[in-house]
Amino acid sequence: MGYRRGHPPLQYDTGESRAHRDGHPLDSLISTAVETYIEAINVSKVYPTRDGPVRALHNVSFTAQRGSFISVLGPSGCGKSTLLMIIAGLLSRSSGSVKVNGQEVTQPLTDVGIVFQVPVLLDWRTALQNVLIQAEARGLDLVQYRERARALLASVGLAGFENKYPHELSGGMRQRVAICRALLHDPPLLLMDEPFGALDALTRDQMVVDLQRLWLERQKTVLFITHSVSEAVFLSDQVIVMTPRPGRVDQVLAIDLPRPRRLAMRQSPAFAEYTHQILKRFLARGVLRED
Amino acid sequence: MGMLSDDTEQELRDIEAVEERIQQALHRRDVQARISGVAAPLLTLVALLIVWEVIVRLSRVPLYLVPGPTQVVEKLGLTLPLLVKHGWVTTYEVILGYLLSIAIGIPLGLAIFLSPVFARSVYPLLVSSQAVPKTAIAPLFVVWFGFGVLPKILIAFLIAFFPIVINTVVGLASVEPEKIYLARSMGMSPLAMFFKIRLPQALPSIFAGLKIAIALAVVGAVVGEFVGADAGLGYLLLIANGTLDTPLLFAGFVTLTLIGIIFFLLIEAIERMAIPWHTSQRNGGAHESL
Repeated sequence: MGYRRGHPPLQYDTGESRAHRDGHPLDSLISTAVETYIEAINVSKVYPTRDGPVRALHNVSFTAQRGSFISVLGPSGCGKSTLLMIIAGLLSRSSGSVKVNGQEVTQPLTDVGIVFQVPVLLDWRTALQNVLIQAEARGLDLVQYRERARALLASVGLAGFENKYPHELSGGMRQRVAICRALLHDPPLLLMDEPFGALDALTRDQMVVDLQRLWLERQKTVLFITHSVSEAVFLSDQVIVMTPRPGRVDQVLAIDLPRPRRLAMRQSPAFAEYTHQILKRFLARGVLRED
Repeated sequence: MGMLSDDTEQELRDIEAVEERIQQALHRRDVQARISGVAAPLLTLVALLIVWEVIVRLSRVPLYLVPGPTQVVEKLGLTLPLLVKHGWVTTYEVILGYLLSIAIGIPLGLAIFLSPVFARSVYPLLVSSQAVPKTAIAPLFVVWFGFGVLPKILIAFLIAFFPIVINTVVGLASVEPEKIYLARSMGMSPLAMFFKIRLPQALPSIFAGLKIAIALAVVGAVVGEFVGADAGLGYLLLIANGTLDTPLLFAGFVTLTLIGIIFFLLIEAIERMAIPWHTSQRNGGAHESL
């Protein structure tokens, strides 16, 4: 999977080295390095409407390993946001099963950090208070988490803006506050629904770099929804390409580029090869049309 | 790190001088705007009063038709105790009617929001209650409740509570679904969700309703007094009307207007304290006049 700078040693190495460390004979039988964290099997979503049922998702299946960065990439309306909401337990699925951390998802997951396309900040709270609501909602020690919130805001370049209200912040800044809020309680899973969609290109690039850095510092599983091919390839270990509605998994692409990835890598031939593969798919499916 | 070259330092000083000048100009404009914000309406009012006085004097119109400002002020001075006594009765009716409309209006709005069944059953009745003109109901209330303050309080309540109900419902419903999704994924209980998210989000709308309602409560109290009363500014207006004491009529208008303005400003002050984040936005945060 490549080198991760600044990444603490994985808790579970391969079975062999654990056996070396602990010396227990059964250790070598324990399943290896990475475990499945998200498992979607034949997930479908049908909406009943006045004009008949609308199939948003059709038999979507994929797995995400713990600590990996997975992008779901597809055109508008392909159901990728629906998929994320189903995995988060915020939307019911029509059929199929979703397991997160080995458990079936039947109600809203709480051990997650979630970021939407709009920052969804509370107008009556400052940036710091907005981040802290994550701790308040969970009954965590506010004194301790206040410091952590400050540190998080500083790490995304918002030091000095803690006491500003949302209407005093730009769109990019608000989204950064939302990301800090999603990270405050250090959740093992991060769900992001086109978080940079409403931002300008330069801000997006910066956010992508910041996101990669934040992810490399902690061992988090990230499910990232996007419609930007280069963003997906840049950030992910795996890109799940979806078809237009009804959304199906078209292709799962493993991205084998070294980390930490730098913006300039986007011009490299290896990167271009990945984006090219996805482009070919989109052209074949009519997502993009050229004559 | 060397020092900046002389040229660059001079450039910097020039630019800083320009910035200083522009910033001072903005400051001056701000101060002017604030002063004129008070001075302009005041001067306009004074100018209108002067024009009014001049027209009255020149045209020699009889006092019982149109009194001039000086005569109104004179009357105000003469009848001050009377105005205060009746003004207080009306004020009392307005306050009680208003508080009642809040005490019933907000819970009603909450119930309509929380229960679709309740909403469906109550809403048509609510709307019909508003369609009936209160001037028509007022005599009925006098028959039922007599000449005391109760009918006036009830009329004030009846007119004032509707905008409160509507604005409460609208405010509570105005929360974007993403906020609710977020709250659920944070593990918030429905009660915490209500107090931390829905209620604060609803406050601007509720306060808008409260401001409309106070104006209506004053109208309601006066309407109630027109129909049957032995005290209050509405009653005083009727007396002045009956005796063709037009200066007194005007004096009554002025007092009533003052009461209305004071109440409105009071509600606005409470709003500023309750939702400072909203009011500061409304008046324009960072603005630049070019």
